[in-house]
Amino acid sequence: MTEEMTLVPERADTLPIEGAIDYLKRKFPDAVKDDTRQGYSGIIVDPAHLVEVARTACDELGFNYLSSATAVDYLGIDDSMEMVYHAYRISGGGALVFKAQTDRNKPEIPSLIEVYPGADFQEREAYDLYGIHFPGHPNLKRILLWDGFDGHPMRKDWKEAYYEQETKPFDSRWPKGYVRRAEELNVFGKNVKYPADLDLAKLSDMSEEALYSGMGLGVDVSSFPAQADELQTDRLVVNLGPHHPSTHGVFRMVVTLEGETIVALEPVMGYLHRNHEKIGERNAWNHNMPFTDRLDYISSMSNNLGYALAVEKLLAMGARYQPPTYRAEVIRVLMVELTRIVNHYWAIGFLLNDLGAFFTPALYAIAEREKILDFFEATAGSRMMCNYMRFQGVAKDLPERIRSVASHVNDKVRDFNTMDYLTELINERIPRSVDELDRYLTDSEIIKERTIGVGYLSPDMAIAYSTSGPLLRASGVPYDVRRAEPYSIYPELDFDVCVRHNGDIYDRYLIRLDEMRESIRILKQILPRLEKTQGESVFAGNKAIYMPRVPIGEAYGRVENPKGELGYYLVSQGDPKGPQNPWRYHVRAPSFINLTPLGAMCRGQKVADVVAILGSIDIVLGETDR
Amino acid sequence: MSQLNLQQLHDTEFPVPADMQGNVAITSLSRIYNWSRRSSMWPLLFGLACCAIEMIATAASRYDLSRFGMEVMRASPRQSDLMIVSGTVTKKMLVPIVRLYNQMPEPKYVLAMGACASGGGPFKEGYNVVSGIDQYIPVDVYVPGCPPTPQALLNGLIALQKKIDGQLLTNLDDVPWYGVGPSDAVPIPVLGPDIIDPRQMELIRRQAELAAQGQPFGMRELPPAAITDVEKAKAKMKVKGSAAPAIAASGASEDVDAALAEMRNRKRQEALARKRAMMKQ
Repeated sequence: MTEEMTLVPERADTLPIEGAIDYLKRKFPDAVKDDTRQGYSGIIVDPAHLVEVARTACDELGFNYLSSATAVDYLGIDDSMEMVYHAYRISGGGALVFKAQTDRNKPEIPSLIEVYPGADFQEREAYDLYGIHFPGHPNLKRILLWDGFDGHPMRKDWKEAYYEQETKPFDSRWPKGYVRRAEELNVFGKNVKYPADLDLAKLSDMSEEALYSGMGLGVDVSSFPAQADELQTDRLVVNLGPHHPSTHGVFRMVVTLEGETIVALEPVMGYLHRNHEKIGERNAWNHNMPFTDRLDYISSMSNNLGYALAVEKLLAMGARYQPPTYRAEVIRVLMVELTRIVNHYWAIGFLLNDLGAFFTPALYAIAEREKILDFFEATAGSRMMCNYMRFQGVAKDLPERIRSVASHVNDKVRDFNTMDYLTELINERIPRSVDELDRYLTDSEIIKERTIGVGYLSPDMAIAYSTSGPLLRASGVPYDVRRAEPYSIYPELDFDVCVRHNGDIYDRYLIRLDEMRESIRILKQILPRLEKTQGESVFAGNKAIYMPRVPIGEAYGRVENPKGELGYYLVSQGDPKGPQNPWRYHVRAPSFINLTPLGAMCRGQKVADVVAILGSIDIVLGETDR
Repeated sequence: MSQLNLQQLHDTEFPVPADMQGNVAITSLSRIYNWSRRSSMWPLLFGLACCAIEMIATAASRYDLSRFGMEVMRASPRQSDLMIVSGTVTKKMLVPIVRLYNQMPEPKYVLAMGACASGGGPFKEGYNVVSGIDQYIPVDVYVPGCPPTPQALLNGLIALQKKIDGQLLTNLDDVPWYGVGPSDAVPIPVLGPDIIDPRQMELIRRQAELAAQGQPFGMRELPPAAITDVEKAKAKMKVKGSAAPAIAASGASEDVDAALAEMRNRKRQEALARKRAMMKQ
């Protein structure tokens, strides 16, 4: 080994991806081999050496940011299960993709939580949905479903209660349109399926017990050595959520309190787990576009873009791929940046809500948001669920005029020339309202008292826990996918990656203001490009078939969503001639992974700050639970 | 309706002397109860998914829910009259929802907002999704849409007010909470291997017994309605002799299509008749 080490160049952490793979292959000649399957990239690592390889990649090669870790079930292809890891350098560049394969019947892969703490929730998710065990994981239990759920639903041989067929379109719907409601076919009339050996006598609601054990419930206070001059307080377990006005949805935190100070916080999720991935794998490729709207339902346009980019990566491996036209790219960036502004309005408004300024700042923010939604409605036909992007383009061009589609009365009120409306919105209205928020909030004494120094996240921790978006950048790490691995027309646009250095709630609020200003800067460069490309096509290829054939392979497409890095890991194994659907459709959700350090950020804080810390992360439950 | 309009209430057979009309109102108990209930409908501050965002937008300044006396969103179920089920109900979330519903004091109403709460919506086939909250708790108004626009939600809330206007205190089907004694709570579902509705325990037990005997478990025979048409058509084709399978298939489906078309037409006629009857009223 020592001789080989002399071959190492001085700076291993700046090697290109191929060089890094060579380095790993030289260091672990038995454990690492190329992934030679058609359309795949990266390396396959022997599970026995996975932790060492990952540590080398992280410490020596500089791939210290684990973006995504997910499982794939290759039932019927090579009957194995696989964990796929995408690691990046925080200084930018492409991904080091490494995989570990395991037996389907007894799946076991060592946990990478020691190397990448950000793998925590993602490994728990893989355990929950695929049943893969991760020796070394300190808290391996179900994360989205409840304890006692029957089976691991993402396995390819697991059928849901309303199962009809492997892939859509179902024969019953198309071509004949002869369909029965799923409730009629189920003897219980409900979306339920029980195992054949169900024993009702043994039935008791076990789902909560594992959660509370080890949380310090029922601790005898007198056993603690009490300091004479200290107030002796009881240790208390408090449930925040799932029905709690401050949790931004149906999120739940189980908090152990010592007086008012937080000793431990355990996030509990899955209350909005609506099976995006299972449904997505039954859907055809283009079916999934409207489903992506409903992930992060405040910024549907950006979700669309991420999915379109991932599928376009797959399509680019085929012969008949045409990249989106220039106008399509311009419109995409326009929509995505407007979405970022919408999202940050919402985030700031509701952060203030969480700080106790009940609803007044939120009302200001929502009023401004409505203006942008009017534009979305006129363009895509829907206020929130836009379903606007397509592979190789967008669904339709911007309309000539913006009219209300809701009622005839409003038609007379709301009738604008689109370009005039956009120009006014971008040059005047949004900058004015951002300044307004800034003027009213930034110097507020109460806000400063409540937020400065609260919920601190250090840069090292932010990277290690795989956080992304404003949360990462407010901790002093200038990492933005738009610059680190540029997509669309971002390389030709002039903007800065915002960064703040204190890593507390106040900086997370400020960075959202900064990002809105940067978005305005981008939008101002978009306007002349829109004028120039007026009348050009917005869709490359044959519009009659929105869905071209997807070649076999894998792709990981990621975008900088308002909440962080949104990634889609797609595997295509379809019949190249028959109906096609994704073999694997995984969403790397920023809201989900940004919650990993929540417990660490809250430890030692007061219980009233939990709500503000959660608000500053800015989660959306549709994406957290999927 | 911020002020009580006496003229509107004077709709009874008892004449009020002209000089007393400004001071005295005679009305029915139902009307005054309904008026006060519909004008201060306090929703539970409770969001589930995407629809909650539109619900917040409805409450915000542009659409302004407070015009209808509904702006006071209460975070506690003990203080609220209306549960707006705004979003996908998952099995894991169903348990708290039923519990919240049981904690609301009567009279209480439920509005199913959006496709998911009404019937599962786009996520209906998902293994963790409840196909419609009405399978567990009674629903008063359904608002379609994915998500419904704020206008649609307002329309649904006005529909609820109209529904309340039509309730009679003398009819205990309308207002069960004015009957004798407290009403029964909805049994809280259990998270077992899958969600278990306690009201179905007997059925589940019978099915489990069937399964123990090795019989099919959890699947129902198709009801005889349209499927017989297919069978009939198939039988007809068989009688005709050895027709090519492709022709047989198309023949069968034509019969099915005709039957379906007839059924659709009949339903449409029924709906039209209902609508006409409503218009006459």
